[in-house]
Amino acid sequence: MRMKLAATAAMALAALPLSANADGEVNIYSYRQAYLLEPLLNAFTEETGIDTNVVFAKQGLAERLEREGRNSPADVVMTVDISRINELVEKDLVASVDTDTLHKNIPENLRHPEGKWYALTTRGRLIFASKERVKEGEITSYEQLADDKWEGRICTRSGKHPYNIALFSSMIAHHGEAETAKWLEGLKDNLARKPQGGDRDQIKAIAEGVCDLSIGNSYYYGNMLKDDKQRPIAEQVNLVFPNADGRGTHVNISGISLTKSAPNKDNAIKLMEFLSSPEAQRIYAEANTEYPANPDVKPSGLVAEWGDIHPDDLSLQEIANNREAAVKLVDRVDYDG
Amino acid sequence: MTEAVSSANPGLTQPLLAKRTSKRWLISAIATTAIVALPVLSVLFLAFFPEENIWPHLIDTTLPRYLITTIQLMVGVGILTLVIGLATAWAVTMCEFPGRKFFEWGLLLPFAIPAYVIAYVYTSLLDYAGPVQVAMRDWFGWKNATEYWFPEIRSLEGATLMIGLVLYPYVYLLARAAFLEQSPSLFAVSRSLGHSALSTFFKVVLPIARPAIAVGLSLVLMETLNDFGTVDFFAVQTLTRGLFDTWMNLGNLGGAAQIATTMLMFVVILVTLERYSRRRQQQYAARDNRDPIRRFTMSFPRQMICVAVCAFPLVFGFIVPAAALGYYAWDYFDESWNPVFIRNTFNSLFLSSAAALTTLVIGVTLAYSRRLHNTRGMQVLMRLSSLGYAMPGAVLAVGVIVPLAGFDNWLDSLMRDYFNVSTGLLLSGTAFAMIFAYTVRFLAVSAGSVESALQKITPSMDMASRSLGHTPGKTLINVHLPMLRGTLLTAALVVFVDCMKELPATLILRPFNFDTLATYVYQFASDEQLYHSALPALIIVIAGIIPIILMNRSISNSRAMA
Repeated sequence: MRMKLAATAAMALAALPLSANADGEVNIYSYRQAYLLEPLLNAFTEETGIDTNVVFAKQGLAERLEREGRNSPADVVMTVDISRINELVEKDLVASVDTDTLHKNIPENLRHPEGKWYALTTRGRLIFASKERVKEGEITSYEQLADDKWEGRICTRSGKHPYNIALFSSMIAHHGEAETAKWLEGLKDNLARKPQGGDRDQIKAIAEGVCDLSIGNSYYYGNMLKDDKQRPIAEQVNLVFPNADGRGTHVNISGISLTKSAPNKDNAIKLMEFLSSPEAQRIYAEANTEYPANPDVKPSGLVAEWGDIHPDDLSLQEIANNREAAVKLVDRVDYDG
Repeated sequence: MTEAVSSANPGLTQPLLAKRTSKRWLISAIATTAIVALPVLSVLFLAFFPEENIWPHLIDTTLPRYLITTIQLMVGVGILTLVIGLATAWAVTMCEFPGRKFFEWGLLLPFAIPAYVIAYVYTSLLDYAGPVQVAMRDWFGWKNATEYWFPEIRSLEGATLMIGLVLYPYVYLLARAAFLEQSPSLFAVSRSLGHSALSTFFKVVLPIARPAIAVGLSLVLMETLNDFGTVDFFAVQTLTRGLFDTWMNLGNLGGAAQIATTMLMFVVILVTLERYSRRRQQQYAARDNRDPIRRFTMSFPRQMICVAVCAFPLVFGFIVPAAALGYYAWDYFDESWNPVFIRNTFNSLFLSSAAALTTLVIGVTLAYSRRLHNTRGMQVLMRLSSLGYAMPGAVLAVGVIVPLAGFDNWLDSLMRDYFNVSTGLLLSGTAFAMIFAYTVRFLAVSAGSVESALQKITPSMDMASRSLGHTPGKTLINVHLPMLRGTLLTAALVVFVDCMKELPATLILRPFNFDTLATYVYQFASDEQLYHSALPALIIVIAGIIPIILMNRSISNSRAMA
């Protein structure tokens, strides 16, 4: 019996590089969860007949790609967080792609100048405020998070999380390192508890009365609202688009790049074009309540209800450039301590 | 103490060995170690090429905290696993109480639960919106979190408890195997010389079981040192946290490799110290399986104490989390039922069995070679081959990619140059790469436990067999392996379950469209949606239980019971 089991498994394994479709395939290294990509990739296969193969991991795929070199099977890398994407460019692992479709679909500020990456979605890093204990308009900017009035009233996840690092990098870009250090210290002093958990956990903490404000990505809130069991928690907070009247809200991106070694380059470009198309962008918007990168596609109804987002027009490259300074600042301020 | 003597003993003496055959063992040991050590050596190699020197910044800022927290966590988990593991192992081996047979394998169940899953489950149970606090608020009429104190689960103490609850089976398993292998006559002699049961436990039983317990404890400590999932979730700042920070946030893989190397040194020093402290001990026992263990018959209250001692870790390490998972699985069943489970389960079972078998064969080869050649060099080889366990899985995965992809590309270039054909990647991104990684990572488990058990077989056995004309290989098969049966099964079981749970290396090394149960669960857990993956998480647990029961039966049978 056990032998049979092993044999079956071995066969399942051997059959893995699923029999290539006549229309070919495209291989994806993804830092995004495969289940998030599934509806998009299914739609792609349906439309083009091209099969998609995915490896998802949270770390190490860039190293794998680098070491596999010219023989790497990967055609595209899908990432979240601009610094992650930038790393691929810096390691010279990705190639330029310039097609009319991509240029038409993705605005200039959401792609690499030489086409080494294209954003597919954006997400705002928002402030969530207790409906009960924070009046509307009482907080309107990231800068105010350091005000003394919020002492012991703010929750965040680890300062080292890429989403927070990107936010802090944008603060450095706008205010310089010294000023940002002061701000971060102020924010740390206002924390109700040691940074912990994920973005959803901070919203839960507000519902629990542990704190009154939290920082989090827009889609976490959206996905909580979509989940029957988490909706009552999410409904206890208001969302604030910070700096909406000023420089705009900090946004981060998820994106896609063509690898230098792509064995199925044509299919890969087809996938990139498809993912930027209105059809795919609508799926993105609905399935994960993110903001579509394609300006022709409106956010999902749920997201649209929150009002318009006015994104900070700071270049994403600038945010990536300040990452190291931001990481070290978090250590110096001992934000997580 | 007649059979197990503590004395300086050099092990097998050279004249015993027919030169040619023994050389074969030596060469195979060296070759295996060379291959198995490659990933670790790759990481050491990477450590020479940091993007920038990370240490000044670390020393100035977070390093002291990382170090202190790491030590606190390791000491805490170490004590917890020792207390639980030894107490339960002793109880089920030596005492007769209701449910003893059930606890024998039941105590292994927490092992099937990945640490990050138990952490997640307890957080959802104990946090503000969880059932415990809701009930308390209802009961006492509190309105919100500011009105009462509740222990913070996301803390160093919380992490210690979570990790300890799922790792104590290492100590339990190895200690129990060691207790089972001890001759009951030792115990009887000690008692007849006027020692109480307790004092016999500490003066006779523990010292004899110490090599096995040390192996178990060192596995626990290495796993604790490398845990990232739990400490990350609980925001506990250990060195591993600093390592990933350096790698992922600062993009400094070389710096991260340096931290990994430092952690490795730390482990090597610990293990060396433990071995050094018992360098003059050599224990042999001509085991006599026909001499059954006579368990204590105890008064009812004492039996109940035994039940309580065994029930505590089982309830909190398994029943509570499994029940919670079951509840979520039921609650989210429609959203989470997915036919891909079946394939994922096959993948997990296949990889884990293959890896368990490989590590066992290599572990026996190495440990037996060491028995034949008890030299300093062999000792170093043994240690070198076991280092994979002392590194975080994700770092080790990069260490696996470097030589495999290097080999693939070298061969490919060669073939392109001479035959104008491209062989592409033969090993990278295949099941082979994963089994290789598992083997490297978990070899310490099998090599360590086989080695410690082999040490207890008296050389006179070898001498007898060899003088009757058997080769070392025949001796191994006919004499040692049958005597080691319990240990071998234990080692295979531990490696199997460890592989079922293995996550970071699997994620990085797997082929396209390939999921194990662990990676499938992780997709959701990493997106803050463990509820949706409660069902596959439960399947990991169940898939882990079946081999636990099967193998446990064999382990118990390895010693005839009264």
